[in-house]
Amino acid sequence: MPETTNVDYSTKIPNNVGLTDDQRVLKALEQWHPGYIDWWMTMGPEGFQTSDVYLRTAISIDPKGWAKFDYVKMPEYRWGILLAPRQEDRQVNFGTHKGEKAWQEVPGEYRAMLRRLIVVQGDTEPASVEQQRHLGKTAPSLYDMRNLFQVNVEEGRHLWAMVYLLQKYFGKDGREEAEGLLQRRSGDDDKPRMLGAFNEATPDWLSFFMFTFYTDRDGKMQLESLAQSGFDPLSRTCRFMLTEEAHHMFVGETGVGRIIERTCEAMKQAGIEDPYDINAVRKLGVIDLPTIQKKSNLHFTLSLDLFGSEVSTNAANYYNNGLKGRFQETRIDDDHQLTNSTYPVSKLVHGEIKKVDEPALTAMNMRLRDDYVADCAKGMERWNKVIEKAGVNFRLALPHVAFHRHIGEFQNVKASPDGQVLSDAEWTKKRDAWLPSKDDGAFIESLMAPCWERGKFASWISPPKVGIDNKPGDFEYVKIHQG
Amino acid sequence: MFHSPPRRGEREGSKTMHVPLLPAEFKKQHLIDPEICIRCNTCEATCPVGAVTHDDANYVVDAAKCNYCMDCIAPCPTGSIDNWRIVTRAYDLDEQFGWTELPRQQDFGEAGASVAEAIESEVGALLEQAHSGTGGKPVAPASASKASVNIFTRAKPALATVQGNYRITAHGASSDVRHILLSFGDTIFPVLEGQSIGIMPPGVSADGKPHAIRLYSIASARDGEKRNANNLSLTVKRTETGVASNYLCNLKVGDKVQVTGPFGATFLMPDDPSSNILMICTGTGSAPFRAFTERRRRAAPGAPGRMLMYFGARAPEELPYFGPLQKVPASLLAKELVFSRLPGRPKEYVQHRMRGQSDQIGNLLKSEQTHVFICGLKGMEEGVDDALSDICRDQGVDWAALKPQMRAAGRYHVETY
Repeated sequence: MPETTNVDYSTKIPNNVGLTDDQRVLKALEQWHPGYIDWWMTMGPEGFQTSDVYLRTAISIDPKGWAKFDYVKMPEYRWGILLAPRQEDRQVNFGTHKGEKAWQEVPGEYRAMLRRLIVVQGDTEPASVEQQRHLGKTAPSLYDMRNLFQVNVEEGRHLWAMVYLLQKYFGKDGREEAEGLLQRRSGDDDKPRMLGAFNEATPDWLSFFMFTFYTDRDGKMQLESLAQSGFDPLSRTCRFMLTEEAHHMFVGETGVGRIIERTCEAMKQAGIEDPYDINAVRKLGVIDLPTIQKKSNLHFTLSLDLFGSEVSTNAANYYNNGLKGRFQETRIDDDHQLTNSTYPVSKLVHGEIKKVDEPALTAMNMRLRDDYVADCAKGMERWNKVIEKAGVNFRLALPHVAFHRHIGEFQNVKASPDGQVLSDAEWTKKRDAWLPSKDDGAFIESLMAPCWERGKFASWISPPKVGIDNKPGDFEYVKIHQG
Repeated sequence: MFHSPPRRGEREGSKTMHVPLLPAEFKKQHLIDPEICIRCNTCEATCPVGAVTHDDANYVVDAAKCNYCMDCIAPCPTGSIDNWRIVTRAYDLDEQFGWTELPRQQDFGEAGASVAEAIESEVGALLEQAHSGTGGKPVAPASASKASVNIFTRAKPALATVQGNYRITAHGASSDVRHILLSFGDTIFPVLEGQSIGIMPPGVSADGKPHAIRLYSIASARDGEKRNANNLSLTVKRTETGVASNYLCNLKVGDKVQVTGPFGATFLMPDDPSSNILMICTGTGSAPFRAFTERRRRAAPGAPGRMLMYFGARAPEELPYFGPLQKVPASLLAKELVFSRLPGRPKEYVQHRMRGQSDQIGNLLKSEQTHVFICGLKGMEEGVDDALSDICRDQGVDWAALKPQMRAAGRYHVETY
């Protein structure tokens, strides 16, 4: 079966890349498959592998065919290889190769660089499944449980997407890297996942929603810039992954939004006007807004670290060589080579945080991070609308990019959320006002009790405005058979 | 079912002329709900005509560019994309950028009723007429899946290939009813049980215009006549002068057919396995009920909800699918086959049989799980309605009050032609 928009289900691995005509890669993937299933069974959602989950599966990459819903047991989900359709006349759209025909094979001189990009992206996919594997047990509703599992199976599929590229284009090295992706474990001291935020725990559902809002949004930005790649198979893979990633943003943004909505509603009902009256609010069985702000600060800053150093020669090389572009590269009105351009980068200059012009090529990470921050701010504005509509006097805000950083320009600086440089002692004194404390964590954990009755939601979260696949409120999104 | 002669549209030659079309000053506008949208850009990236755009706050649809191709609907992860308003003047981009929530539908009276069923007014009018017996604005069952509508249009029809054309009434019988199988090949044509498709007969009518589109109910389940074969079936009765029915009944395997749709967003099967489904039909009006039955068999065998069908025809040899129906187990579908022209027997119509089973129907009507579907010729409406009214009186229920309640809850559906 040649490349097509429809998915070939005749092979063990559903695909639209003509795997039946590519026996070498088909065999390699079939050999990798048992290891993957083994990983999924041991590191995937704990306790729900035999439950029937109302999941979305792509039956075609055509817009009309990629969102078919049905009950599926997660281990039987058809993880497949799905690439966006090939555009015959596509070119390399930036860097020194701009204007050349897009590459269908890996250019020899960029082999190591491309492999690295793919492996780093691939490593984040199983990592998040591992981080979230215990959350099903405390799901605040069947609706939320289903959304968690949808996110998990799609992260699993994204791993497949990256592994396909490794197996198809990188020979023996690729096979070894594909194995490595199944060996590393989130949070494991001996064999951790490659990026910091993917080794942090996801202990509760607020963390999960914050993670999908902030950290999956980093994923979106990375995929967007890889979708610009001159290496066409990578571009096509990432373009299809982005359609799935959108669901993860949705889970995060609406999840946090629904928690905020419920908090405001409970405060109003109880006649509590002061959002900082934390004890009174917590007694209502909802999460107070200042704690939500702290959780937001934590996940935002961990996610900023994922963009790497503000000024980076690696990033410049990726761009120059046509491997990784900017966010929505083709919509930017400039020469797409940037040899003489500059970009303002936030830096610490003589103890003060300032913008300094740097060569635009080396400031690629900074630019992508700026686009990311702007995207986060728009989502946060939706949350603020919810608070405003409820008539509660409170506003959430994104902290300054120098706050609580572990990578890049500000890793050795102690800055407050509004960007003031502080001494270590001052910062430590204020830490618990800005980031979740142990008590905050314990309180949130105390709310994490399962609510699995059809149509019911835990006390601390509002129901969604619209069901998945337009289902009614009491739809049984997960038929639980615990095993 | 017996979508008897020309299903819904077929007699349209004269009929559609009198159907109240959506007045020309009204327009259906596609909008995105800013309260639910998360600005993921999927719709903008998907739209083939560049109709979706955004500012810092909102994603919006340019009414001047949107061609209702519906490509953006399925990929949207939030459901915010699937919003429509009937307008006399389209909301422009600046207005939409300023919204924090969607404006309410302006009240234009009945004109707004058929919005969601179909987008082309030609088809919308046919459906409005077919559903008029519902007695108010039709509402989809609460547990029905979300229907895709109007994916293929007169301007951009899908091309289906005939896979089979079988006569399903006895050879000597006076009516020639066909079971026609259409395959969509690589084209994605998502349907639900209860929906219809439009058939575009080739050629032009006497006035030189292309033949009107005719609607036919789909007789197969959503996943195909044969599972996952991407095909569907229709039940078509040949009528002497029907352009579309003769065209369809004469089709040969391998012939290509231009198809529009799918259409219909209210006469849909409830997905909840505990729903009772009471189906009343004549002739080719049985088509959607064949689909319902097959869906239940595949998706929820042993479901707690009952399926009960009253199916009328002149005689067994004229009842579509008479043979195969005998093999459907009563545990899945309870069947009451009623014949009006049996030699030596008085004429019996579905309403007569129903009256005789007042307890059974009364008990069903008292359950909030029960959905009533009526499909067939316009002429059956009155008799069936009278019978339901009498049965309710017997059972101490006020049908005049119950019917609008059931309709508003998406539990009472009429599709007649």
